[in-house]
Amino acid sequence: MSAIDRPAPIARREAAAPRPNWQVMLVRPESMTFLLLILGIVVGSQLSQYFLDINYILKSFTLSAEFAIAALVLTMVIISGEIDLSAASNMALSACLFAYAQKAGTPLPVAVAIGLGAGLFMGAINAFMIVGLQLPSIIVTIGTLTLYRGLAQVIAGDKSIRVPEEFIGIDNILIYGVPLPVILFTALSIILGVTLGGTIFGRQIYLVGTNEVAARHAGVRSKRIKTLLFLAMGLTGAIAGLMTASRLGSVRYDLGLGGELQMVLMAMLGGCYIFGGRGTILGTFLAAWLLVIVTTGMIVADWLPAYQLCVLGVLLIVSIIATNLIYSRAER
Amino acid sequence: MNALSTLLLRREAGILAMIVLFCLAVGAAKPHFLTLDSLQIILLLTPLIMIGAMGEMLVIVARHVDLSIGSILGLTAMAAGMMFRYHPEIWWPLGFALSIGLGALLGLFNGVLVTAFRLPAIIVTLGTLNLYRGVTFIMSDAKQIDRQYVPTALKEMSQSSPIFDIPWIILMSFGIALLTYGFAMHSRIGRQVFALGSNPTAAPLRGIDVTKVTLLVFTISGALSGLAGIMYASRWGFVNPSNTGSGFEFQVIAAVVIGGVSINGGVGTVLGTVLGVLLLGCVAAALPLLGIPGTTQSAIYGAVILIALLIDRLVRRQGLRHGTARAVA
Repeated sequence: MSAIDRPAPIARREAAAPRPNWQVMLVRPESMTFLLLILGIVVGSQLSQYFLDINYILKSFTLSAEFAIAALVLTMVIISGEIDLSAASNMALSACLFAYAQKAGTPLPVAVAIGLGAGLFMGAINAFMIVGLQLPSIIVTIGTLTLYRGLAQVIAGDKSIRVPEEFIGIDNILIYGVPLPVILFTALSIILGVTLGGTIFGRQIYLVGTNEVAARHAGVRSKRIKTLLFLAMGLTGAIAGLMTASRLGSVRYDLGLGGELQMVLMAMLGGCYIFGGRGTILGTFLAAWLLVIVTTGMIVADWLPAYQLCVLGVLLIVSIIATNLIYSRAER
Repeated sequence: MNALSTLLLRREAGILAMIVLFCLAVGAAKPHFLTLDSLQIILLLTPLIMIGAMGEMLVIVARHVDLSIGSILGLTAMAAGMMFRYHPEIWWPLGFALSIGLGALLGLFNGVLVTAFRLPAIIVTLGTLNLYRGVTFIMSDAKQIDRQYVPTALKEMSQSSPIFDIPWIILMSFGIALLTYGFAMHSRIGRQVFALGSNPTAAPLRGIDVTKVTLLVFTISGALSGLAGIMYASRWGFVNPSNTGSGFEFQVIAAVVIGGVSINGGVGTVLGTVLGVLLLGCVAAALPLLGIPGTTQSAIYGAVILIALLIDRLVRRQGLRHGTARAVA
């Protein structure tokens, strides 16, 4: 009896010392991206002496700046727990509508407005089906991916439409030696980074992505947030499409074909968690540069485009495995 | 609810009605559409999609998705084509073994990535879609396999027929559908695919080996895409590293979701999927007849996926309202 009554000594265990700050910093996915970026630059500079030319790298960045800009907003969409695979098709359709409108004699500003409006509308369709009807975003955006590019093909046919001279050449506009697309990308990164990390709206996006039910119980308007994000995604897709049109000087229905891979890849490489709730704009920002370094390196090393396709595919799988591992370690 | 209305409420009845209405509408404009000739055209458009759809159906029922099937089709067709080019003397049915085996391996690779690292299939297969396509380019040195290298006997399969003027590849596609029916409805592991898709949490608690089932559906999907690959070589007589199989995944997913396979997993029938494929075939056959340019095809597939999703949503909501278990189950 007494043996039972006697309070058992409570097993106490010393709490493990908190991980040192440098370790916490190091196992963040963004740090991995950053280290990879440095590694990429070092390897690249060994491949060719022209590689380290900052103007060359900036110029190369303009080639994928459009995807990078779309990837920033896609990062927010993924953090909120959804995905949008239709952004690259959106670029094609809004660019085709723009080019078609101005070729039909619409003044340039109106044509631009048509392109942007179309992008917004496409975002609204995605939002209606995903947020309004509660359909899974993966399959909806696979459908709209096919539909938007198909419509672009209907509008443009197999021909390319030229855009007016005064609209061409966004990548040739230099501000202090930096091409305009790079500046736009950096500015948008800062704006979205601050929004996501420092505003109530941004923190709510994380909450919605972590646990939507809990978020709703906490009074977060998750539907409104997701709708806004899909609208932003649509508008950004259109902006990216118009930028591509301006860079290429003409528009075809296959503009940005396969771009969804690059966008998702940038987000994943930057440590965005595919199931939502985690990820940063900084990560995507770094990943975009990493991807440019890798692609430029492959071009400098004279690799076939087919190898690049393989490398991108493998990178996507490796990066998502790495990110998942890092996050599952952090949870323990 | 009597037996007749249960029958009418079934999803398959709806698709069948859509097929009939569509054919009648097209037939009213172009009477030529309602002849046996055009039936043959429709059927010839479908075998590849039919075979791909059987694999994709199983994957989607298990609550995954496989975007890489088009690239698997291209890679396996290219592998078979290269075998024929470098070893023309080889016994041609070996092409089937090579394509199906290679396809199964590629599908298994998808499955391993999905199960071993617990990754979402959509991202994995988006990655392998590009990876496999890149490998196809590298392997083939970006060169097409021309008509003269594809064995005549293989090409014959798309024209000659054992019975009723129905070419071999059509018979084979229906044979695969029958096999899938047997597997999905009457085998233990086939039922486990459905159980896994309806409730992934409950499935392991009921003793289902989730890893095994998942690996199996991806392997089947890959193997069937491989079969579709060798049949592509048979049907078209050439293999191109960039065109062959590109966009195949969207046609197949369109057919599968029209067929009433729920993207939420656990729901789907072989009959529905077959009807979905046939509806897609009717649309594809009617377009040129109606003078609609081929460039609209992709848009139509996209619209069809979205409409099918909407219908799926409506059916589910109505089922819930009437309290019938069928639409939900």
